[in-house]
Amino acid sequence: MLLLASLVILSVYFRESSAGVLHRAQSLGTSALRPLLVAAERVAQPFEDGAGWVGDLVEAKSENARLRAQVEELRQQLIQNETIRRDNIWLRQQLRYRDSPSFPTDYRALGARIVARAPGRFERQVVIAAGTGQGVRVHDPVVVASGLLGQVTKVAKSVAQVTLLTDETSAVSALDLQTNASGILRHGQSSASTLVLDRVTKDKVVRPGDVVITAGWRVGRLSSIYPRGIPIGVVTSVGQLDTDVYKQIEVAPFVDFGSLDSVLVLIPKGRRR
Amino acid sequence: MTTSLKIALLLLLSVVLQAAVLSGVDILGGAPDLVLVSVGAVAVYRGAMVGAGAGFGAGLLLDTATLGTLGESSFLLTLVGYWLGRYGETAHRGPRRVPFAVAVATLGYALGALALRFVLGQPAPAYEILIATLLQTMALNVALSWPISALVRRLAPPAPRARSVEGVGSLG
Repeated sequence: MLLLASLVILSVYFRESSAGVLHRAQSLGTSALRPLLVAAERVAQPFEDGAGWVGDLVEAKSENARLRAQVEELRQQLIQNETIRRDNIWLRQQLRYRDSPSFPTDYRALGARIVARAPGRFERQVVIAAGTGQGVRVHDPVVVASGLLGQVTKVAKSVAQVTLLTDETSAVSALDLQTNASGILRHGQSSASTLVLDRVTKDKVVRPGDVVITAGWRVGRLSSIYPRGIPIGVVTSVGQLDTDVYKQIEVAPFVDFGSLDSVLVLIPKGRRR
Repeated sequence: MTTSLKIALLLLLSVVLQAAVLSGVDILGGAPDLVLVSVGAVAVYRGAMVGAGAGFGAGLLLDTATLGTLGESSFLLTLVGYWLGRYGETAHRGPRRVPFAVAVATLGYALGALALRFVLGQPAPAYEILIATLLQTMALNVALSWPISALVRRLAPPAPRARSVEGVGSLG
């Protein structure tokens, strides 16, 4: 009887829309469980922080030297970029250039804590403590300070499910910041945290070390759910086979998907709750 | 407090801890499955019916807490609860049985989950589940089964076994 009940629930859940009875019941249940999940997550946080602190301490010295050198390099780049940015604004005004929504100017960021994670190794999903009540909708992009994390795939009143970039079902139109080569970024096969930039034809140039960002395309009324310019990762290897139409490009994401505790949901400015 | 209520509270706590904390843990590529271990321990000590009920309830709660596909975990955990319950009923319901039962259940759960996802047309990364992470997850679950087994034994002692038939004689 219980097996039959499970199968009936599974079948109905698959067939019904997101406004169906089971989806609504699940949404209510998740909202009811939210305080317990938040409490458990808060109790566990100091222990997770402690474990992370010990791990970080081992690498701290070598990382410090590397970061000091990087700061110097970036300081010089910043000065150059500021000049270019001003020129860009002036030229856009002269051309009356019409752009697609861009990050971060056209979005407001809503901070939310991660309260649950999908069990098992099938889905790379997390549940965050913000939902329709806070203005979150399905397909809202989700980021952290270091880069793109994923998108909202299910939403209830006070919680939402975020599917990470490393999930098998995720795909993002992305481009190489240095060479403008564009492709589709998706889950890699070699390891759980590696991404692959697919559909880049052999005539395009992509080099190891290049930064990959969201492409943020717009065709008529249709536009990518991810705004242009969100950093995703850095190219680690580029290869090509004579028998393959596209290059094989591996990308290491900027985001450490294993140690997430809070996220930012990008909500378009002007959306009503 | 009745035994059923104690089991329900234990499973609720397991689901909350699994969803909020343990699913994010990565030890050598594996993650412990507290819900599977708890359902397994309850089933071995309390029998097939209680095990199946515990699996169904815990699975529904887990799918609700993580906004997952409703019915997926409950289907698999009901099966796990029933079969481990049958194992507990036919074998001696001792604490030594639980780690072995949990190890087998981890393998069965992984195979069942892969098959179910394949049938549902969802991504089913067999290499990652069966080769890259299964042994680690199994070892973590077995390690977790000793304290959980002791806790379940304390909260819900094994139900008394029906007296076995010692012999059959003819009447008259």
